[in-house]
Order: sequence, then C-alpha cells, then structure tokens
Amino acid sequence: MTVMAVARRSLAKDLRLEWRAKDAVNSMLFFALLVVVIFSFSFDPTAEESRRIAGGLVWVAFLFAAVVALNQTWARELRNQVLDAYRVSPAPAVSLFLAKAVGNFILVGVLELLMTPLFVVFYNLRSVGPVYQLLLIAALGTWALVVNGTFFAAISIRTRSREIMLPLILFPISIPALLAMVDATTMVLTGEASPRFWLQLLAVYDVVFTTVCLALFETVINAE
Amino acid sequence: MKRSSILFALVTLALLSYAFYQGMFVAPTEATMGDVQRIFYYHLPHAWVAFLLFFTNFLASIWYLIRRSERSDALALASAEVGVVFCSVVLVTGPLWARPVWGIWWTWDARLTSTLVLWLIYVSYLVLRRFVTGGQTQVLAAALAIFGFIDVPIVYLSIRYFRTQHPQPVIGGGEGSGLDPRMWIAVLWNLAGFLALAVLLVRLRYSLALAENALEEAHASRALAPQQAEGGPAADPALKLGDKSR
Amino acid sequence: MKFLYLAYAATWTIHVVYLLYLLSRYRHLREERQELEKE
Repeated sequence: MTVMAVARRSLAKDLRLEWRAKDAVNSMLFFALLVVVIFSFSFDPTAEESRRIAGGLVWVAFLFAAVVALNQTWARELRNQVLDAYRVSPAPAVSLFLAKAVGNFILVGVLELLMTPLFVVFYNLRSVGPVYQLLLIAALGTWALVVNGTFFAAISIRTRSREIMLPLILFPISIPALLAMVDATTMVLTGEASPRFWLQLLAVYDVVFTTVCLALFETVINAE
Repeated sequence: MKRSSILFALVTLALLSYAFYQGMFVAPTEATMGDVQRIFYYHLPHAWVAFLLFFTNFLASIWYLIRRSERSDALALASAEVGVVFCSVVLVTGPLWARPVWGIWWTWDARLTSTLVLWLIYVSYLVLRRFVTGGQTQVLAAALAIFGFIDVPIVYLSIRYFRTQHPQPVIGGGEGSGLDPRMWIAVLWNLAGFLALAVLLVRLRYSLALAENALEEAHASRALAPQQAEGGPAADPALKLGDKSR
Repeated sequence: MKFLYLAYAATWTIHVVYLLYLLSRYRHLREERQELEKE
C-alpha cells in the first residue's frame, strides 16, 4: 500500500475511534471554555482594546487546548502496544505520522471553530480586516503547532513526566510561529497592517518543519 | 592531568587576563554611553561563542544520527551545556548594560530576545536529556537538537521583523553603529580568550560524559556477571582511568 | 559604573560555578570508581 493510502486508513480509524468515544474533544472543549472565561477576568475592554489584545489571548488559549490534544496523541497506541505492532509491520512510519498529525489538525481545528464564537461573544470582537485572512492564519498556524507537537509527543512518551515534557520542548521551538500567529491576528483584527510577511513566515515554517518531521520520524519511532 | 591540558589552561588564563586589560584599560571610553559600554567586550564574544557551540551541537547531533558514535553524542551534550552557560552570560550582561544606559532592564529587542529563545531551546534540550527513560536518550536528543538549530534563523527573522513593526531601543547600538578600531581589538582579544575557555570547558565536559558512560557500562556488566573478570576490577577495560584516546 | 563591575563579576561567577559543578561531578565519578574497584 502506498504511504498516502496507509495514512488515510490510519486517519479514518483514529477519527472513527474519536467520534465514538469523544474523549479528547469533550475534555478539550471544556478546558477551552474555562480558559476563555478565566482570561476574560484579565481585562474589561472596549471594542478597540479587545482587538489589540485578543490575538494573543486567543492563540494562548488555542495553544493550551492543542497541548491537551497532543498529549493524548499516542496514548491509545501505548495502551494497546500498537506501536510495537506497527514497528514490526511493513507499513511506513511516515504514514503513521501523517495520520496522527492530520488527525490532530482536524481535532484542534474543530476546537478552534467551536471556541471562536465564544471569544467573539465574550470579548465583543469584530474584525476590521478581512476574515479569510484570519482563517489562513489559523490554518497555517495550527499546522505549525500540530506537526511539531505530534512529533514531540512521540519523543515525550519515552520520558518521565511526559505531560509536562511535551510543552516544555514544543514551546521554545514554536516561538516564531506563535509570534507570527499572534501578530498577524492582531494586524487583521485591528486592520492596521497587512499580515503578508507573517503568512509567508508561517508557510516557510510549515514546509521546513513538516520536512524535518517526516525525515526524522522513522528514526525516532524506532529508537530502542 | 595531561601536560598539554595544563598548558592550554594556562594559555587560556593568559589570554583572558590580557583581554581583560584590553577591554578595561586600552580600549577608549565610548562617547555617549561612557565606561559602562565596556560590558560589550564580554557581552558580544559570549554571544558569538554560544552560537558557535550550538552549531557544534547541531553538527555533532547530525553525525550521531548517521554514525551512532558515542563520542559525537558526548560532544553534542558538552557543547549544548557549555553553550547554555555562555548564553546565560549574554542574558545577564545584556540587562546589566541596558539598565544604566536606557533605564530599563529589558526591551525585547531583536538580538536579546533571539538569545533568550535560543537559551530556552537548548535548556529544553538539556531537560529532555535528563528526563528520558530507557536507552534512547541520544537519538531523541539528537532529533530535538536538529529541530532546535534549524529553528534558529527563523527565530531571528521573526523577532527582527516583529521589532521593525514595534520598535524599541536596541541594546548594543543599532545595526550599523561603528566601532573604533581599538575597540575591535579588545573585542577580538576577548573573543580569543573566551573561545579558549569554551574549548577548555567542552573538553572537560566531554571527557566527563564519556567517563560516566563507561562507569555506567561497568556497573551494568558487573550486575550481569559478578564473577566475570579473573583479574578483578583492575582488568576491566571500561574502568581504565585517563584512557581518553580511543 | 557599578553595573560594569557587576557584569564582569556576574560573568566570572557563572563560569566559576560551572567549573565547580564539573569538578564536583568528577569527584563523584572518582568515588564511584573507587567503590566499584573495592567490590
């Protein structure tokens, strides 16, 4: 079977399992709601102010929710010794990675779609700039977090305190992407500047790190 | 200790002393900032050396993944650790310079912020190395090291762009600020001195890493076969002291 | 100018602390080796 075919099957399986259990989505959703509410205590803004701050708050909230999702990426595989079975099978490791990364992307993407109306309502947000740009930023930015996050989740399962190890190694490396996401979002919301540079940076970040992840995943998953 | 090592240590000390003299007394006083600017002679060389060390870590990590050589992993660990030490100096001297000159400790200026992110990346690398269970520390760390270093130019670009959008005072003068040639001499002497110190520290840390690995192996083989060597522990090759040439 | 002296002092403090840390690990290593040889 080709790499993509295996990846697609793997992804379908994950989505099916997730749909049946709804474990991750429910906990993430509730966590996200809590974050939105707690952040709202930090300021009582006018519409103008909120547009300036919301970019940062929103992405921090999405980041934390993403970490919750990423931490359980490999949990199911670990519980049932699936990783060992996978290592023995002829299926390419890259397929597994792609399936997991895309799965996480969908999961976190769904979360963002559900959280955004909450933000709009709680912070009285209204974008000055075009909304499609926000979608683009969200897509590129989410992939940036998820692709590295899925990879580092595979690394952190071999560590003590794995739940804290993942954000610990993910956050520093994600800083440029986070900076881009936050500043670009602020630019669009306030309508003050074009986010074009940030979008290009995010695209480069995505391409570079997706390549590195695909190149190194097999090495990491086989390390024993 | 080998005689060449002691000699090298003395040379390092000499270089550092002369560099100190150059930076403190020979280089002229800066026009606008005054004598505080002399912090620069420590601040800049440490930044360059730290970067060089992280680059070494990058190369050693790649080499490790290709050859699985224990020595390249030891070098990777040593250069990352010493790199963090030098990076810490940059992060401490920066604010100490900024405070008297600009009245603020920190400005999130492009270079200092990039250095902070660099520091965070390599601290996370060191933490990972400490927390990995099982025997895969070296492979996982090497992978993270590669991610980290590839990120470095992206970090620098992104922060610099952010700063052009939201300008703040720049620690260390703007990009094009000229330096009196006598100041460059002081910079170069300090660079030489601290580079030598870095080499010294890396070699120490590298030997320590290899020796500790050997000890661990000795423990392991001891646990597996307690009646192993007829000649007793002295015959155990893993325990040979001072055996750095392999 | 106390910031100048502070900066230089801090630099050397950091390096000395690191050196001391390395030396203590070397000492620990030697002790463990001796213990191993006794067995």
